[in-house]
Amino acid sequence: MNRTVLIALKTLTWVACLVPLTWLIWSAAFNHLGPDPTATITFATGRTTLRLLTIMLAITPLRRLIPRLGWLIKFRRLLGLFAFFYASLHLFTWIALYAGFDLNAMAEDVLKRRYITAGMAAWLALLPLAATSTNWAIRKLGGKRWNRLHRLVYVAAVFGVIHYWWQVKTGVLTPLTITIVIAILLLARPVLAWTKRRRLRTVTA
Amino acid sequence: MLIRKPSDFRSSEITPRDEYMNRRRFLRGAASGALALGAAALGAGSLAEVISPSARVLAATKLQTVHSPLTTTGEELTPYKDITTYNNYYEFGVEKDQPSQNAGVLPTRPWAIEVEGEVKKRRTFDIDDLLKLRPLEDRVYRHRCVEAWSMVVPWVGYSLSEFIKECEPLSSAKYVQFISYYDKHVEKWARDVVGIYWPYSEGLRMDEAMNPLTLFTFGLYGEVLPNQNGAPVRVVVPWKYGYKSAKSIVKVRFVKSQPPTTWNDQAPQAYGFYSNINPDVDTVPWSQKTERRIGLPFYAQRRTTLLFNGYGEQVAYLYKGMNLRKYY
Repeated sequence: MNRTVLIALKTLTWVACLVPLTWLIWSAAFNHLGPDPTATITFATGRTTLRLLTIMLAITPLRRLIPRLGWLIKFRRLLGLFAFFYASLHLFTWIALYAGFDLNAMAEDVLKRRYITAGMAAWLALLPLAATSTNWAIRKLGGKRWNRLHRLVYVAAVFGVIHYWWQVKTGVLTPLTITIVIAILLLARPVLAWTKRRRLRTVTA
Repeated sequence: MLIRKPSDFRSSEITPRDEYMNRRRFLRGAASGALALGAAALGAGSLAEVISPSARVLAATKLQTVHSPLTTTGEELTPYKDITTYNNYYEFGVEKDQPSQNAGVLPTRPWAIEVEGEVKKRRTFDIDDLLKLRPLEDRVYRHRCVEAWSMVVPWVGYSLSEFIKECEPLSSAKYVQFISYYDKHVEKWARDVVGIYWPYSEGLRMDEAMNPLTLFTFGLYGEVLPNQNGAPVRVVVPWKYGYKSAKSIVKVRFVKSQPPTTWNDQAPQAYGFYSNINPDVDTVPWSQKTERRIGLPFYAQRRTTLLFNGYGEQVAYLYKGMNLRKYY
């Protein structure tokens, strides 16, 4: 891919990823966060995290299906780091606006409330991925070990979806769409690997 | 010497800013309604049927009210706009902004409440008679949802006990059950809610229902209840989580034993029959220690939840000797 095009696309990705944050700051400043601003901030940061994780998870299956889209790999780290950024904002919303920086309240929440346990697990799964996102870390760990470690992103996505389901009210089905999309993207991996193996076998046979 | 009393405004005399702004929208709605009426063939129905439901919702009627000594003081009222656009009324959709968009289709006239069960005689009360049964009082109450948010609402109504007296319950009546309006063709959103059986049912112990704080409610902010807030008549039980305060009541049943209630049926571990507001008893999945006040900036919302929502002085006697952890 042409370097100019790549820089342009990366800039666009940055801008797109910053839109939810800009919207939140703008709305907070002009009092447009609705009747329950705390809930609006929590929902917006959580939803953005899940959406970014979804886009990120789509990259590998897309590259396998359409080899011409191989360059998409260049965007995965950026999207992943933004997912971690919004997950951290989401976590901070809970620490500041829900627990009020009270360590006891936080500990109680994590231990007693399963949706918070699941959310915490998702964030903790993303943490080492963000920490080892540099080229230096990849070299240091070695590609194979780095790849294995970064499979934690599946864990994060699954816990993220569970966290979403466990905190919505009974009868609310809003998490359904993203659950289906993430399920398809996760299932696509073994399915694509299987078809590839089969193709290889028929070629060698 | 002449000592003049300070002027005592009733909330019905104050036009909330949002309502004042709504007047323009209503007039516009009425104007387009009139045009539509002109365009439609004669006999198209009343003007009210022609104008859009949202315009009808906005066509709030002022109520004649008197001041009540039972009103809660020292709280800043939640804006009218927030009270009427942030609602839990699952029959009109599960999202907070859905009831205000959808509840326009609720037919609030003609309306009657059927009274049955352990009563001297079965009776039906027409809504317009109920409105005149006792003087309507302005009563500001804190309103606390089990989802850990709260409001301060200036309701209009009279004590439910006044209505119960008219019903002439027998001494065998130990509980009172409220059944909400339900028509699956009108409230088509209710069908998408998984795991809840309609119509909505709620209940109180007889002494809870007779407590003067329990309000038979017809309005808010000095006006007729908007549909999404439970028009034309509901109960408000300020020391219990919001779902105990049944909306749009069509049937009141006096019964001998604890009646089935909707949320208790749905998840008995989470929602008890009593559902008294209690910061020390958690309700799955939320903590109940604190709450978010609606309509404030994000940094000012959080506050401590009070036992019985701060109404302990008036209601704690009802639960004397009861284990509030067991009877949550």
